[in-house]
Amino acid sequence: MTSSPVAETAPAVRTQELTRHYPMGEGLIRAVDGVSLTVEPGEFVALLGQSGSGKSTLLNLIAGLDRPTSGSVVVHGSDLAQMSSEELARYRRNQAGMVFQAFHLISSMTIMENVELPMRFAEVDRAERAQRSRESLARVGLGNRLQHKPSQLSGGEQQRVSLARALANRPSILLADEPTGNLDTRTGEDILNLIRDLSLSLGMTVVMVTHERALAERFAQRFIFLGDGRLIGEEVRT
Amino acid sequence: MKGYDLLDLALRNLGQSKLRNGLTTIGISVGVASLVAMLSLGVGLQQMATRRLAGSGLFDTVFVTSRQDFRGFDREDDAKTPHPEQSPVLDEAARVKITRLRYVTEVEPEVRVMGEVVAGGETHFGFVTGLPMSARQNEAFDNLKGKFFSSNDADETILLMDFAKELDPKNPAGLIGQDITLRYGERQALPQEFGRPQLAGSQTNNSSDSGRDDFAFSVVRKMQKLRVVGLIDSEPYGGMRTVSRGRIFLAVGTTERLNMAQFSDMRSSLRGGGGKSYTTLTVRVKDPGKVGEVQEAINKMDFRTFSVLDATKSLRRFFTVLDLFLGIFGSLALAVATLAIINTLVMAVLERRREIGVMKAIGASDQDVKRLFFTEAGAMGLLGGVTGVLLGFAIGKGINLGTEIYMHHHQMPAEAVWAMPPWLVGAAIAFSIIVSLLAGLYPASRAARLDPVQTLKYE
Repeated sequence: MTSSPVAETAPAVRTQELTRHYPMGEGLIRAVDGVSLTVEPGEFVALLGQSGSGKSTLLNLIAGLDRPTSGSVVVHGSDLAQMSSEELARYRRNQAGMVFQAFHLISSMTIMENVELPMRFAEVDRAERAQRSRESLARVGLGNRLQHKPSQLSGGEQQRVSLARALANRPSILLADEPTGNLDTRTGEDILNLIRDLSLSLGMTVVMVTHERALAERFAQRFIFLGDGRLIGEEVRT
Repeated sequence: MKGYDLLDLALRNLGQSKLRNGLTTIGISVGVASLVAMLSLGVGLQQMATRRLAGSGLFDTVFVTSRQDFRGFDREDDAKTPHPEQSPVLDEAARVKITRLRYVTEVEPEVRVMGEVVAGGETHFGFVTGLPMSARQNEAFDNLKGKFFSSNDADETILLMDFAKELDPKNPAGLIGQDITLRYGERQALPQEFGRPQLAGSQTNNSSDSGRDDFAFSVVRKMQKLRVVGLIDSEPYGGMRTVSRGRIFLAVGTTERLNMAQFSDMRSSLRGGGGKSYTTLTVRVKDPGKVGEVQEAINKMDFRTFSVLDATKSLRRFFTVLDLFLGIFGSLALAVATLAIINTLVMAVLERRREIGVMKAIGASDQDVKRLFFTEAGAMGLLGGVTGVLLGFAIGKGINLGTEIYMHHHQMPAEAVWAMPPWLVGAAIAFSIIVSLLAGLYPASRAARLDPVQTLKYE
């Protein structure tokens, strides 16, 4: 997944006629149905839509967690649809960081260990791993809670840990699935502020799924609207 | 993922469900312990049998007879040698020749004569047999009361306990240190006018005498005082050799010095020739493994040989089959433990669906997940194997202790029926790990196949 000179100038994400269909009984659910979009490097894009509009499925396709039925997802010049499962794992490990609505921290581990986990898969040395975890947690304001378990933290704090974990392997793209969905408005704003600051300071591309348009309008640079798996509109924040 | 990270995560995961994983590990331990106990019992029994058989003095021994003496017993063999009467005689020269063979440690004739012991004014009949000094190692002398012959031609005797009871029913042990009088037949050459050119008692065989028709000897009744030095309970050589039928034992050298007339002397007289010959020579070999080689060398000298080498071969075959069956029975518990491992890991996969999904979402590959579950299975196998071997060891010690108490209760010497060779320790642990890894195959591949989108969606 090394970036070629051509890839440097290429969009961070480009999907072309991307579809993801699920068989359901005798019918077919068209979760994503011919979506073509482009996200530029360093851009903060919000995917908006009603529940069931296909925005999370689209995000999973960009994250390499799911495979398209047809079409292509090209991230920094590499087509995820053509990758083996090992290559996809390597992509998720090194290039894409994910944040979930339910945080998905491992409850038996301390927050430090949670942040270290992706680095274990990336075979980062123990000493470097500890240093990077501390830095990551300090960046999200939890530098003094390293040995706490997730259950000892508030929802907002847990989402910060989740963010620190997503950034652990220094990805070029951050994918956030309803990151404020389980948080109150104030905490949600704090998290999005943090994501925006990190995006700006690290030059990281952000693709965020949300159904809270008002919140998205305050942070994202561009809004892509989905309905019934199709791209139904696009707006740029003025 | 690096090895130590894999191990660290696996042990952490196992620690999450201490009770369940602990019970599964105990299941493996019990399985391994049962396997180890069974196989150790097989090994122990085999060692015991080998020990007993070695102690019987049969497995390092070749019995040599002349083809002349057993002519007609084995027709097939006779067919190969058309003129057994031309085969060599088992005489002193042959004895010396056999003694010089490689690996031969002792060549003694089997001496068995009739005798009478006079004690308390009564006469008691019994077979007198000559024992080589090496008989001291025979198991019959394990419980020797008193001591063994001081030398190969000492005027000493060892009596069978039953015979000693006949002599002194009240206090047979009191005979030790006492002198008894043995009445026996001495072979004496007839003077030359009867056709005998020299004394028959001469040890050297004059081959020029062969074929003479005027050979003769007489049997003269003699008395000999002997000091009773020991008493034994059972016959030496497990009753398998002719000497074992005796009740009065003398050192072979003593019997030869006394020139006791034997049954074979009659055969010798028929053959002609004045020299002394032997019915059977007992050849002791340094190592039971060399018996075949020695036997072959003696066969080349045109004597008939017999050893129980073939019996040991069938014994080994028996123990191989016994080990196999003990192993199969022992493995049954381990097979049950294998199901427990599969069950535990499948449950873990179900419980940790979300965790597996998260790990995949943050960069774990299918292989990482598979290896993690394999490591967990292997760790349970290792721990179960080690504790199982220790448990098996304890069971074995218990079996040995129980046997010892039982044998002691029946006034028998203690016998170790259980033995754990070092190879079994390593093999049992390795087997436990391999079985656990095999048991982990299905759960690990099931975990690796989990779809992260599905696992994260349902949480």
